[in-house]
Amino acid sequence: MSKGSPISPSLMATKSAGAHKASERVERPADAGVDTAAVSPVLGPNNVVPPTVMTGSQAIVRSLEELGVDDIFGLPGGAILPTYDPLMASRMNHILVRHEQGAGHAAQGYAMVTGRVGVCIATSGPGATNLVTAIMDAHMDSVPMVAITGQVSSGVIGTDAFQEADIVGITMPITKHSFLVTDPNDIPHVMAEAFHLASTGRPGPVLVDVAKDAQQGQMTFSWPPKIDLPGYHPVLRGHNKQVREAARLIAAASKPVLYVGGGVVKAHASAELLELAELSGAPVVTTLMARGVFPDSHPQHVGMPGMHGTVSAVTALQQSDLLITLGARFDDRVTGVLKTFAPNAKVIHADIDPAEISKNRTADVPIVGSVKEIIPELSEALRTLFAVSGTPDYTNWWAFLNNLKETYPLGWTEPDDGLSAPQRVIERIGALTGPEGVYVAGVGQHQMWASQFIKYERPHAWLNSGGAGTMGYAVPAAMGAKVGNPDRVVWAIDGDGCFQMTNQELATCAINNIPIKVAIINNSSLGMVRQWQTLFYEGRYSNTDLNTGHDTVRIPDFVKLADAYGCASFRCDRDEDIDATIQKALEINDRPVVIDFVVSPNSMVWPMVPAGVSNDQIQVARNMTPEWEEED
Amino acid sequence: MTRHTLSVLVEDKPGVLTRVASLFARRAFNINSLAVGPTEVPGMSRMTVVVDADGELIEQITKQLNKLVNVIKIVELTSESSVQRDHILVKVRADAATRLQVTQAADLFRAAVVDVSTESVVIEATGHPEKLTALLSVLEPFGIREIVQSGTLAVGRGSRSMSDRALRSA
Repeated sequence: MSKGSPISPSLMATKSAGAHKASERVERPADAGVDTAAVSPVLGPNNVVPPTVMTGSQAIVRSLEELGVDDIFGLPGGAILPTYDPLMASRMNHILVRHEQGAGHAAQGYAMVTGRVGVCIATSGPGATNLVTAIMDAHMDSVPMVAITGQVSSGVIGTDAFQEADIVGITMPITKHSFLVTDPNDIPHVMAEAFHLASTGRPGPVLVDVAKDAQQGQMTFSWPPKIDLPGYHPVLRGHNKQVREAARLIAAASKPVLYVGGGVVKAHASAELLELAELSGAPVVTTLMARGVFPDSHPQHVGMPGMHGTVSAVTALQQSDLLITLGARFDDRVTGVLKTFAPNAKVIHADIDPAEISKNRTADVPIVGSVKEIIPELSEALRTLFAVSGTPDYTNWWAFLNNLKETYPLGWTEPDDGLSAPQRVIERIGALTGPEGVYVAGVGQHQMWASQFIKYERPHAWLNSGGAGTMGYAVPAAMGAKVGNPDRVVWAIDGDGCFQMTNQELATCAINNIPIKVAIINNSSLGMVRQWQTLFYEGRYSNTDLNTGHDTVRIPDFVKLADAYGCASFRCDRDEDIDATIQKALEINDRPVVIDFVVSPNSMVWPMVPAGVSNDQIQVARNMTPEWEEED
Repeated sequence: MTRHTLSVLVEDKPGVLTRVASLFARRAFNINSLAVGPTEVPGMSRMTVVVDADGELIEQITKQLNKLVNVIKIVELTSESSVQRDHILVKVRADAATRLQVTQAADLFRAAVVDVSTESVVIEATGHPEKLTALLSVLEPFGIREIVQSGTLAVGRGSRSMSDRALRSA
C-alpha cells in the first residue's frame, strides 16, 4: 500500500519532501527489539560530533537528529519559536497538529506501533498544559515519549509572565522524569538522558522544558554527550533463583494461567511468550493492553480478562491455582474486588518495575526484570524440569476451560430498534482489513467491542487508552500510528462522543497526506455511561444523549464535517451496506476516510462484571450469570 | 502502624524536594517528618523521612521513592542501628519570679537557654523525640509561647558511610 499522492498542487513541495523522508527511513521490524542501549545509553547511531558553537535551539534540533528521530508532532508558539526556526531546515519530518493534545496522542500512537520514542513539541503555558492529558495517558500505559516544551526566559520564571506555566510542576506526578533547562550547554545531555529514560526500563513520558533564553543563547555542541543518571539503574535480568522457583511452581501447578499484560508488548517479547506458552501448555489471557501479543487464533488463548472479558478468561483467573503474571499490573479493571480475585492462586509476578510487584496483589515469586530476558530463562528452567519430571497434565483444566469457551463465546443480540448492531460493524472492519491492519480505539463501548470482536494476531496492532481512559485518543493516535507504519491500513474505531473531542486532527491528516480511516460507531450517545445508566440508574439518561445519530438533528453531521476537512466521507445505516462501505474505505488511500456508522444506542457490552463485585459475578447478558459446573 | 525512618540520598537538583513530597501526597503516604540538607559529597543531599506505615506499605513507599530518577539510595534506619535526633526551639513565658525554675528545668534536660527577655526565654534542645516530648511537658505549666521543631535527623552507627557505598555502586 502506498502513502498515496498529494491532494493539491499547492502542497506538492511539502509532500514530495515528506515522501523522500519516508523512503530514507530505515524500516525496523517492530518486534526486532532494537537495543542500542546495550551498547551506549545514548540512543541513535552515536555519531561523533566535534565541539561546534551553535544556539540552544539548534542544539535541540541537532540532538533530536543525532538521537535518530525521524518524525515529530507539534505546534509552535512564542516560547518555542527559536527552536522552530532551525527545525525548518532539518531532515526531520515535523507534523503541524491543530491542538497540542493531538501532538501528544500522535506521539503515543507512533511509539506504540514502532517501539521507538514518540516526540511532541509545544510552547509554554497553554501549549504545554494542552499536552497534559496525553502525557498522563502515556504515563498510565507506559508509552515511551519525550515532550519538549518552550518555557518563558529564565529571568522571568516565577513572575507570572505571559504564557508562563510551571509545566514541570504540573506534570511531576505523570511523568517518568522531567527537566527544566535554563543553560543551553545542558541541552545535549538532557536530550540524551530524556530519550534514555523514556525508552529503557519501564517506558514512560519524559518532559524537557526549555527556557526561551536557553534556546537563544550560544553553546558548544558535541556528541555523544555523557549520560549522568546516578539514581537510574533499571534491572533487566531476572534473578536466577527466582526464575527457577517460578519454574518449580509451574511444574507443580494443576490450573496455571499465563496472565499477560502490556509489558510483554513493550518488551517485544511475543515470540518468547509463544515459546513459553507452548512449552508449558498453560492457558493464556491477554489484557486490554496486551491484545495481539499472543495470537487470538491460538488454541491456548482463552481471551481477555477483566470487567468486559470473556467468561473463559475471567474464570480461568478466578479458578486458577497459579498466575504466571508477565508485564501486567493487577489493574482494578482486571481484578474486580481485589480480595476476591483468584482466591486460590499463587502468584508469580515478573515486571521491570519493582513497584508494581506486590502493589495490589502480593506475589509469591517476585521477579524483577525485563520479560524479554525472563521469559526465555523461564522456558529454559521449565525444559530442564520437564525433562526430569515429565510435562504436567492439564487435561482436566483444559476440559473445564474449553467447555466455557464453547458455552460462552463472545457474541451479541440484535438490537430491537432495527438499527445495526455496533458489534457487527466492528467485527466486519476487522474481518475485511485483516490482522496486518492497525486498530486504534477511543474509550467506551466501541473500545471494548473493538477489543472483543477484532481478531488480533500480532503485537502492536491494537492501540487504545487503557489506564487513562482518554476519550479522544483514537483520531490523533491513529494519525501517529499511520506516520509510524505508513504501509499499514490504520483504522480509528471511534465513538461519536470521542470523535468530537479531537477530530480537528483530520485537518492535519488531510494536509499532511496521512490517510487514516475513521469508523465512527455512532450510537448518538455517550454509550458506556448510558449503559451504566441503563443498568444501575434505572434508565435515567442524565446528559448522555449527543443528538448525532438516527432520528436526531445530527449536530454535527459527521459526513459533512469530514467533507469539510477534505476527507472522503460516507454514512452507513443499514446492515446490508456495511461490507461495501468498508471496502470503499479500504480502496481510498489518497486522503483520510470517515465513515459514520449509524448504530443502535441500545446495544450493550457483554460480558460484564459490575463494579464493586467479585469476578465470580460475571454476567453474560443482563442479570444472566453463567451456570457453574462445580469442577471439584 | 509502625514508625519508620528512611535515609534517602538524592541528587542536589532543583525540584527534588518537591518530587519526594509530591510522591507522598499523590500516593497518600503519611510523612511524619522530613529533614533535608547537603552532605559531605558535593551535589548530593540527604533526606531523613519519618513515616508511619505497616510492612507492605513501607515496601511500596521505598519502591516508589526508588523510582524517582534523582533518588540515589534509600536505607531504612532502625532505632537500634542508628542515632536519631530532633532539634527544637521553645519560647517559654518566664518573668523574674519563674525564670530560675524554667532554666533549671532546661538544665536537667541538658538544653540551653539561647535568648532571654523580661517576659520569656528561648530554650534550645536536641535529642531523641521522646526526650523532647518530656521537656515540653515540663515546660508546659510555665506557658509555651512558640515551638519550632526540625525533622528527625538520623545516621547509622559505626564507621560505614551511606554515600560512600552509593557512589561505589553508581
